[in-house]
Amino acid sequence: MSQTMQAAPSSDVSSAIDTPMLEIKGLLKQFGGLKAVKDFDLSIHQGELVGLIGPNGAGKTTVFNLITGIYVPTAGSIKYCNDSIAGLPPHEITQKGIARTFQNIRLFPNLTVLDNVRIAYHPHAGYGLFDAILHTGKYFQLEKELTERAQEFLAVFSLHDRQGEIAKNLPYGEQRRLEIARALAATPELLLLDEPAAGMNPGEVASLMDLIHFIREKFKLTILLIEHQMRVVMGICEWITVMDFGEVISRGDPEEIQNDPRVIEAYLGRGAAALSQRLREKRSDVA
Amino acid sequence: MKIRPQRTTIGFLVIAVLVIATIQVLINTQILSNFWATLLRIGAVMAIVSLGLNLIYGFNGQFSLGQWAFYAIGAYSAADVTFRWSTMNSASGVVILLFVTTFIGMSYLWIARLVRQVKGIDPLSAFAIYLVGTIFAGYLAVMIGKEVIDPATTFLASLPAGFAMQLVFVLAVLMAGVLAAEISYLFGLPILTLGSDYFGIATLGLTIIVKVLLDNSDTLLGFPEMKGARGMVGIPKLTSWLWVASFLVLVIIVTRNLLHSSAGRAIVAVREDEIASKAMGIDIAFQKTLTFVLGSFFAGLAGGLYAHINGFLHPNTFNFIKSFDPMIIIVFGGLGSVSGTVIASFTWALVLEGFLRLWLPDGFETWRFVVYPLLLLVMMLLRPQGLLGTFEFPFLKQILPKPLQSKIMADKTSSENSAIGG
Amino acid sequence: MESTQLTFSQKIIQGKWIGKALLIFIALFTVWFIGSKAVLSPALFGQQVVNGIQLGFVYALIALGYTMVYGIVRLINFAHGDVFMVGAFTSYFAISFFQLHEWPAWIFPTISPWLTLLIGIITVMLITMSVCSLLAVVIERIAYKPLRNAPRISALITAIGVSFFLEYFGALPFVFTPNFITYKRPFPIVTWYIKDGIHRLEAGSAPPEGSVLFSNILIIIVLSSVILMALLQYIVRKTKIGKAMRAVAYDKPTARLMGINVDGIITTTFALGAALAGAAGILYATAYSQVFFVMGLIPGMKSFVAAVLGGIGSIPGAFLGALIMGQAEVLSAGYISTPMRDAIAFTILILVLLIRPTGIFGEPEREKA
Repeated sequence: MSQTMQAAPSSDVSSAIDTPMLEIKGLLKQFGGLKAVKDFDLSIHQGELVGLIGPNGAGKTTVFNLITGIYVPTAGSIKYCNDSIAGLPPHEITQKGIARTFQNIRLFPNLTVLDNVRIAYHPHAGYGLFDAILHTGKYFQLEKELTERAQEFLAVFSLHDRQGEIAKNLPYGEQRRLEIARALAATPELLLLDEPAAGMNPGEVASLMDLIHFIREKFKLTILLIEHQMRVVMGICEWITVMDFGEVISRGDPEEIQNDPRVIEAYLGRGAAALSQRLREKRSDVA
Repeated sequence: MKIRPQRTTIGFLVIAVLVIATIQVLINTQILSNFWATLLRIGAVMAIVSLGLNLIYGFNGQFSLGQWAFYAIGAYSAADVTFRWSTMNSASGVVILLFVTTFIGMSYLWIARLVRQVKGIDPLSAFAIYLVGTIFAGYLAVMIGKEVIDPATTFLASLPAGFAMQLVFVLAVLMAGVLAAEISYLFGLPILTLGSDYFGIATLGLTIIVKVLLDNSDTLLGFPEMKGARGMVGIPKLTSWLWVASFLVLVIIVTRNLLHSSAGRAIVAVREDEIASKAMGIDIAFQKTLTFVLGSFFAGLAGGLYAHINGFLHPNTFNFIKSFDPMIIIVFGGLGSVSGTVIASFTWALVLEGFLRLWLPDGFETWRFVVYPLLLLVMMLLRPQGLLGTFEFPFLKQILPKPLQSKIMADKTSSENSAIGG
Repeated sequence: MESTQLTFSQKIIQGKWIGKALLIFIALFTVWFIGSKAVLSPALFGQQVVNGIQLGFVYALIALGYTMVYGIVRLINFAHGDVFMVGAFTSYFAISFFQLHEWPAWIFPTISPWLTLLIGIITVMLITMSVCSLLAVVIERIAYKPLRNAPRISALITAIGVSFFLEYFGALPFVFTPNFITYKRPFPIVTWYIKDGIHRLEAGSAPPEGSVLFSNILIIIVLSSVILMALLQYIVRKTKIGKAMRAVAYDKPTARLMGINVDGIITTTFALGAALAGAAGILYATAYSQVFFVMGLIPGMKSFVAAVLGGIGSIPGAFLGALIMGQAEVLSAGYISTPMRDAIAFTILILVLLIRPTGIFGEPEREKA
């Protein structure tokens, strides 16, 4: 196995600790008259595990799409390791080190599990059309290495015995796992997970949380997570940004977020904050 | 650089050589009449065209109705080259086409490097630049080429006549393919960015425009020997079974090699899910262009070969009704199946055009086009994945790599914690 | 190689000016070309405009069918042009064989000939439109409906198959025959010419220099088209069925949940489009007096381009697009050459797709990640 993680950006070590890995300032995305995302700021440092939550339609996936280049920002800046990435085409952003999963699983449905992962290696396959069409020795060599790497990778996710299965035939939980595996095969430094726990039962959710911890350790990842299941968010995120109607309404660690009235109101409606406050007071009275 | 063929490749080549040789013998001994021999060659030509289209649509997911336009371009350009040599004894066709394709190709490479350095250029502007480059390069090629015609003619005349003719023929076919590829590249730039439906409509427009231009080839385009809507005659009948079968084998091998490589996976990924492909670092514009250009190259080759089967060309062969033939073939054979396309092409040629025409009652001529669409409809309703679906012969089938030995796997999974999945 | 670009060049790239320059060049060239010819002979230009309007209205009727069907099921109904052909032939048979345009006179012998003609023609039109609607409904039920959830290519290929089938079945000797048949107009042509006012042209005499001609055919075409399109607009905008059609086109699953009979609405859309195509068939045959089994092919394609030009899915767009296409066709036939008009038509298509694929009135479709 020849490839290691891709080279870190040129900033020296000391500033790398201070410089955020991902820095978003004043992000605005407008669709016609609708401001889907406005005044959005976010700073993530290397190694952090950060959550992005908010009610449905708050603009979370839009932020992901903006970071990964599927949408072009109307205004604002997005910097990855001090390089501006706003407006770059998605495949270039991925090649810089950002990978993502999707809210509704986007595997390559008719391809095998193995191929889904092997595709992630395409930008770094090492051989071009010439070798491919002529099936030169170089092709055989690199293809073999690539395939072995993919198989070992699948083994890490306990999917290696499914390598020949067609992706769309996998059970839901395995599809989710494969999507994460595929994203990781692209050797990112920053991983964006869009509602990875969607549709999972509590047992699967617990496994997922372990998986996220595991991959963060093993692959030295920085992770930004959108999730609705509060168990996951509060359980693994170091700190959380809360969005509503396209804007940031709160930021802090899980404890702070849970008690922030603005967050409670965003999810439960106006008056909910006051109600929960009264309930808490009542509980402490009784205690 | 070592080329090590796989076992299945060798098997395929052996079988292919056997089949080709057998058919050749049958032709030589007149067991297969001229009628059937011609149909076989047409079947092979259709196979090449359809493989190109299957690459573009079956494997890359781009619904193109323009394959016929490049087929036509290939046919007429190759025909003109050989016609000029055989009838007008001039190397003008060879030389000019060679210069034009080379100059345009070089200009494209140069412009491509230029455009890549500029960030964020939009497709239409890129197209405008390439268009200007094409016109410039073409003009230059003609200017310079004109000077070389006489020496080239003399040179070719000094070679043994049969050899010279074959040389001109091969050059003509190859350059026809390259020309088709270049034109497809030029027009692909802006239209490949359109969504699936619009791309189909745009390519259909290309087919119709090419056909109209060919109808006026003697007046508008300035090629009096092409005789416009009356059809071009006098093309030397050089497409032997050996030639066309060899080209077919080459095309099959190239297609299969491409599809079994990383680039092939990227091509298919684009068909499966464009947004996910982008997220995987794949430049989908590049993949689409690559496939479109390669598929059009095959179409150009096929056209060049087709022109030399019967010795005449008529623009009506390239109207947009006939342009659905390769589409129907690949759907029948199974989108995404190389074997299916090849089988369906020969079936189309031999059975539909051959057997049925000979054996069924006279009135069938007119009933043919009533029955075909009905068959098509029935097929669509009952078996939309085509006759062969995604089935492939062993040579063409993707070999699933053997899972790594169980010991290595066991080590790996035990060293990682068991909390993952399962 | 990272080169530092000048801000000026960057601005050109950002603003897509190179591409726009190409388009502006083409536009200017077109305007100059047409303008110079128009100035040379205003009467000829005027004549082209009149002819273009006549053709444009016929294309509009066909284009509406394409745009409505695409808007509702995302299908390019290749067979639509052949429904147009069936319409032309139906009216031919009705008039030439059955003399149906004269039926009021059979029942009310004392009725005035003008009234007979009017009622007769309207009857023939209604019959033709009904036949075409019926045909479209049958096609939709048999060939398209089963494939509604299949990949789009299957439906497209089926549409192509239906188109071929209609053409070649029609070409059979006992159906429409493969011949070119001259259409018998049920009424005489009356021509006027415009020069210092509008004057009636006596039959057999030559029109004066520099005059623009038009006939009662133009009036009939424009009138019928306008009436039919107004009817369609009324149905789509003011009736419940029309609202249902718009709902289904906008969001099929939700429309179904709202209790709309989606299948029925889709069939209705096909039927309406086909009725218009049938009417177009009659008008076209009346104007250009030849019917033959593939007559629907090229007008169908051009009407489809018109629908795309105007914004496929948009009814006013189809109308506008058709007028433009009709005008372009006549102008290119007159100023360049007849064969080139088809090439020009599809060059327009490609230009539209390059500049604004969704057409003049179309809305961009976005995929949600």
